[in-house]
Amino acid sequence: MSDTETPLQHELGDRMPDPGEERAPHRSHPSAKEYIRIGLILAFLTALEVATYYVDISRGILIPTLYVLALLKFVLVVLWFMHLRFDDRRYARFFVMGLAGAATLYLIVLIIFGAFSR
Amino acid sequence: MADVAIEHAGQGEGGGHAAEHATTTGLPSTKLAMWLFLASECLLFGALISTYILYRGADPLGGPTPEDVFDIPFTSVSSFVLLASSLTMVLALAAAQKRDTVRMRLWLLATALLGMSFVGGQVYEFTTFYNEGLALDTNLFGTTFYVLTGFHGAHVTVGILMLLSVVGMSWADRLPPDASFPVEMVGLYWHFVDIVWIVIFTVVYLIPSGAPPA
Amino acid sequence: MASVTVTREQRGALRRPVATTGLWSWLTTVDHKRIGIMYGVAAFVFFVIGGLEALVIRAQLAEPDGLLVNADQYNQIFTMHGITMVFLFVMPMGAAFFNYLIPLQVGARDVAFPRLNAYSFWVFLLGGLFLYSSIFLGGAPNGGWFGYAPNSTTDSSAGMTFYALGLIITGIASTVGAVNLSVTVINMRAPGMSLFRLPILTWMGLVVQFLLVFSLPIITVGLVQLLFDRRWDTAFYDPTRGGDPILWQHMFWLFGHPEVYILILPAFGIISEILPTFSRKPLFGYQFVVFSGIAIGFIGFGVWAHHMFAAGLGPVANTAFGISTAIIAVPTGVKIFNWMATMYGGDIRFSSPMLYAVGAVMMFVIGGLSGVTHAIVPHDYQQTDTYYIVAHFHYVIFGGGVFAFFGGLVFWWPKVFGRLMNERLAKVQFWILLVGFNMAFGPMHVLGLQGMIRRTYTYPEGLGLTFWNQMSTVGAFLIAFATLLFLVNIVMTQRKPKGLADPDPWDARSIEWMTSSPPPAHNYDEIPEVRALDEFWHRKYAEDKSGRIVRVPAGAAPEHDDGHADAGHADAGHAIHLPSPSFWPLVSAIGLPIIGYGVLFGWWLVGLGAMVVLVGFYGWAMEPSVAEEV
Repeated sequence: MSDTETPLQHELGDRMPDPGEERAPHRSHPSAKEYIRIGLILAFLTALEVATYYVDISRGILIPTLYVLALLKFVLVVLWFMHLRFDDRRYARFFVMGLAGAATLYLIVLIIFGAFSR
Repeated sequence: MADVAIEHAGQGEGGGHAAEHATTTGLPSTKLAMWLFLASECLLFGALISTYILYRGADPLGGPTPEDVFDIPFTSVSSFVLLASSLTMVLALAAAQKRDTVRMRLWLLATALLGMSFVGGQVYEFTTFYNEGLALDTNLFGTTFYVLTGFHGAHVTVGILMLLSVVGMSWADRLPPDASFPVEMVGLYWHFVDIVWIVIFTVVYLIPSGAPPA
Repeated sequence: MASVTVTREQRGALRRPVATTGLWSWLTTVDHKRIGIMYGVAAFVFFVIGGLEALVIRAQLAEPDGLLVNADQYNQIFTMHGITMVFLFVMPMGAAFFNYLIPLQVGARDVAFPRLNAYSFWVFLLGGLFLYSSIFLGGAPNGGWFGYAPNSTTDSSAGMTFYALGLIITGIASTVGAVNLSVTVINMRAPGMSLFRLPILTWMGLVVQFLLVFSLPIITVGLVQLLFDRRWDTAFYDPTRGGDPILWQHMFWLFGHPEVYILILPAFGIISEILPTFSRKPLFGYQFVVFSGIAIGFIGFGVWAHHMFAAGLGPVANTAFGISTAIIAVPTGVKIFNWMATMYGGDIRFSSPMLYAVGAVMMFVIGGLSGVTHAIVPHDYQQTDTYYIVAHFHYVIFGGGVFAFFGGLVFWWPKVFGRLMNERLAKVQFWILLVGFNMAFGPMHVLGLQGMIRRTYTYPEGLGLTFWNQMSTVGAFLIAFATLLFLVNIVMTQRKPKGLADPDPWDARSIEWMTSSPPPAHNYDEIPEVRALDEFWHRKYAEDKSGRIVRVPAGAAPEHDDGHADAGHADAGHAIHLPSPSFWPLVSAIGLPIIGYGVLFGWWLVGLGAMVVLVGFYGWAMEPSVAEEV
């Protein structure tokens, strides 16, 4: 058995199953420079968020702004640092299931409790 | 059937590049498992965060409010620290992918150290709040705040243990020559813990509680 | 024989175990078949225990003003009955079927993460033992299996703390197992086995695992919050400090409703395997059965507040959930019609598994009908908290689920243990169970509509409830007798010599029946190549020109001629790799109940438990990947 051959490949030989057709073309990993660039953007967004603490903004503008900033940071980390932008779509599907499920279910519970009409 | 030789094989349960080709989807099993687990964790933290949101500003008997105790500048620094740790994490992975073991270990240690600073900051924060009169059982704010951020902190701690274990295993030469896969897996967990904090920092610390002033 | 190179010496405690027989081999096994058997045995033992609790309940309620147990004892018994049946019997029994059969049905040699699989089992078992230890350590849980706050948060006995901790522990087992089985189905299928060639039991299993992954975290948080309220006086569900007990209900039922589909989908899978086999026809509308299973899982997350119609959520919420609840009856109905169409025109043999499967469908339909009436909100105001609800869920879970389990046990027994169960005794037992079951739970519909309240240790005379309660009690004891007969059958069967001459006694359809009975440790000598749904059936039978089924001579099926004259040759001399046994999953698992006891009795135990967990995981990570060559 050769070095790189796995036990299952060894057993099945040319009867190996086809990998799924949804494999994203293997794009290159971001370079260290790109990661640092993303990191700087994240730091900048965080600085903006912290700045809202010091500036007097009405609640109606403050809250959506904060949510948008948080969402941007969230998406940057998930897509770049967690590599979902470059990886097979199936990983993203699992994660989105959990995320969307959580968001939907808990939103309904909060609505039932009238948490948004206070 | 007599010619079939049975051996006990490496428990390489889906790790490593070679394993990528041994599966039906072509994807490594461990990575699929990790993403499924993280999806599950979305529901866990979602429940804790929703409970916090539900009870925010709703203490009928008063007691300390977020505005009374929060030190936003301090927590902001903690947030920068945790974000930075995500960067060092990804740099560790990049190093591992280039088979640069020395840099990989350095960046992993940096990540762990930043994580420990974060947890240290949390401990300091909790202690300060406690001394200012906010305990678990003081009111809804104390209840929901400590349990949510405490759970997050526990997750960070587990992450630190995993980071240190990977460094230790690398030192003891117990990682495969291409160490990028275990580093990637720990990285996914670590980044997840970071994105949960992104949400917590906004929802808990930055959004005003609407509680009536003391 | 090829040798395995071990790159470093195997130090002491880290040396991998090699036993294949005896107790130690079971404690260290990572073989999904053995783990499946252990799940099944443990589940059945808990079924008997839960059944005994039921008998106490029925004995107490046979007469008005019953004196067998007092209110406090009754509360513990009916709570443990519910917890045991749901978490320690039905869920693990489903896990037993999935663990044993899924790798075989997809053509794999084991699950994706064998040691993690062992870990799941031990955590489940220890969690169950932890729950029952409460009896001796302050009192069993007494707030109902649904643990409604603030009763559950304020009760002074230790029981509900055991409840919270115990279910957190068993929840960890199920979550870990769910990730494991999901990845197994997605990633370890035989060549040619696309998702729409998966045996239907495996499909239902996949849906169940996803339901577990997404619903368990919610109850975990609820239980943690309950635990904190009890142990550290937090305010989550304390109305005097602004907390809301209704939040608990949401958390519980957000999990609790998907949970009931977790309970019943394994049964649907079993029924969907048995009916085609004993009708000698393919499952009618396989794709519809698959899609309806997925739909049930998905919509199942959208109906939870139908358990809360009387909780005061308001007309908008009640209407919305009433509608979604009515909708979820549709995919289930689709399955029923597909099952009926499977049987229609089939060459039917009413062997005992078939009796069970058909009985399960019929009993489930009855339970489903009462379920539809619950969906009508004003009607539910009348039914809720009465025995009408008790009737409903026993008809679906017991009538549907447990009957299907019995059928599945008889059906796959020969595959697992290499012996056929006594067919005549199994049939007799089925009829007694059917009669006893309907006697026990049928009258509860009447009792409920007459106003008999649930979860109450007695009822007064003069309300006209006595007669049906007596009948129900008689029925319960008949169920017990039928269960005893099943146990007798098991003992009789296991005494027979092991090993079936014909590994395929039922002339079945899916590939697990291709292996010997019982299968070898490595499952398949050669991983089969799959070209169709019901692959095994197509290797045995083809249709002639007039569409009649004819037996294909062994090895001569034209469509299966892939150039390998003798299937064994292609892999002769190539090694099959099996995962080595390990004791670290068990060690890691033991830490969890220790932490649980620590939360109850002292921080030092928490520390000890955490240490055990860490040492366990360390050993797990550090142990050599293969056992030493002896």
